[in-house]
Amino acid sequence: MKIKLWGVRGSIPTSSPETKYYGGNTSCAVVSEGDNLLVLDGGSGMQQINFGNSIINKRVDILLTHLHLDHIQGLGFFKPFFDPNLEVHIWGPASNTQTLHSRLSRYLSPPLFPVMMRDLPCGLKFHEIENSEFKIGPFKIKSAYVIHPGPTVGYRIKGTHSVFTYIPDHEPALGREGMPKDIKWISGYDLVADADLLYHDGQYTAIEYQNKKGWGHSCLDDTLLLASKARVKHLLLAHHDPSHTDSQLNEMFTDLKRNYNYSFEYEMAVEGMEFELP
Amino acid sequence: MPAYEIEIILNRQLADCLSIPVFITDKQGNLIFYNEPAEKLLGKRFDETGEMPVEEWSVIFKPIDELGTAIPPEDLPLVKTLKNCYPYHRSFWIESLQGRTEKISLTSYPIIGRAEKFLGAVAIFWKAKDE
Repeated sequence: MKIKLWGVRGSIPTSSPETKYYGGNTSCAVVSEGDNLLVLDGGSGMQQINFGNSIINKRVDILLTHLHLDHIQGLGFFKPFFDPNLEVHIWGPASNTQTLHSRLSRYLSPPLFPVMMRDLPCGLKFHEIENSEFKIGPFKIKSAYVIHPGPTVGYRIKGTHSVFTYIPDHEPALGREGMPKDIKWISGYDLVADADLLYHDGQYTAIEYQNKKGWGHSCLDDTLLLASKARVKHLLLAHHDPSHTDSQLNEMFTDLKRNYNYSFEYEMAVEGMEFELP
Repeated sequence: MPAYEIEIILNRQLADCLSIPVFITDKQGNLIFYNEPAEKLLGKRFDETGEMPVEEWSVIFKPIDELGTAIPPEDLPLVKTLKNCYPYHRSFWIESLQGRTEKISLTSYPIIGRAEKFLGAVAIFWKAKDE
């Protein structure tokens, strides 16, 4: 299973020399195994993706965690949408009020966007998911609602030999006492447990988080604690706050290394990073 | 054991911040969480008891009506919520841990998640006011 990160910034794209190293594009990643392609979220990083002729099976699956703008704003620039020979499947969390198609159409229609979804030439299919398990090619995928405002899911993707978990927006430590001690009470725990690679929200420092509780995001310290409790092998701290510059992110990471001595591997996610899991 | 659904977890996080007694059960009625104010009612601490099966915790309270007659379980709000997935409210009397009879009100509601799935119930106890 191969993973490439196309966008690791949170909330809004940043375009500045000061955020060039970690990258300014919002959430998007591509997971591939054999001829099968999964695109995770459609943030601004999505517009960089160019599969060229590599879509052998004529199908791409997009798995959306939720429909906040920083996770869908790249959709209108996703090249496979404009190829009539391709089938694009969009998976996203169900809502009690409107279908996935109608919620996405609010963005992909005038006046917010000039092209309407119904005019896209590709074959478009929608799949509404909840706490679900489904299969796409070789991938066994588990989705579950996690703590974040509005319907939001995380994904656990099991390839032939390894597990990649993707939860870019998540606040499991919301509550009076922070991260619950008992794992049964931790949002997203079943998605994260024993993952080979975890991509997880780590937007704030612990000090910043004091004034951002309930906003739906985690501080780096809580994410490390979650990964430790869940025996994660390798953690990517992501959804970088748009106000954090490269040098601030470097300092934050240095502080983490100084304050904690976890045995698993962890690092800040950087746009363009690639991983190959066995 | 798998983690609880997000709707149950969020109810616990809320209960944890309230100064009124709150009990959370799974859909079978097993007590899966009670907050600090509820500990005073039960005379037990959640840290010590952990979760309690329905058979164990349901007999702690001995509810009676205004005539002093025992109220059958099926007439209590929480039991009705678990059976019908609907909110209920009732005032009645219980014997306190100090041996006094106290009038309380109980409001219960079902936890019906995003997928419209019934996941459990919440019971909130109030010191009853004469209406």
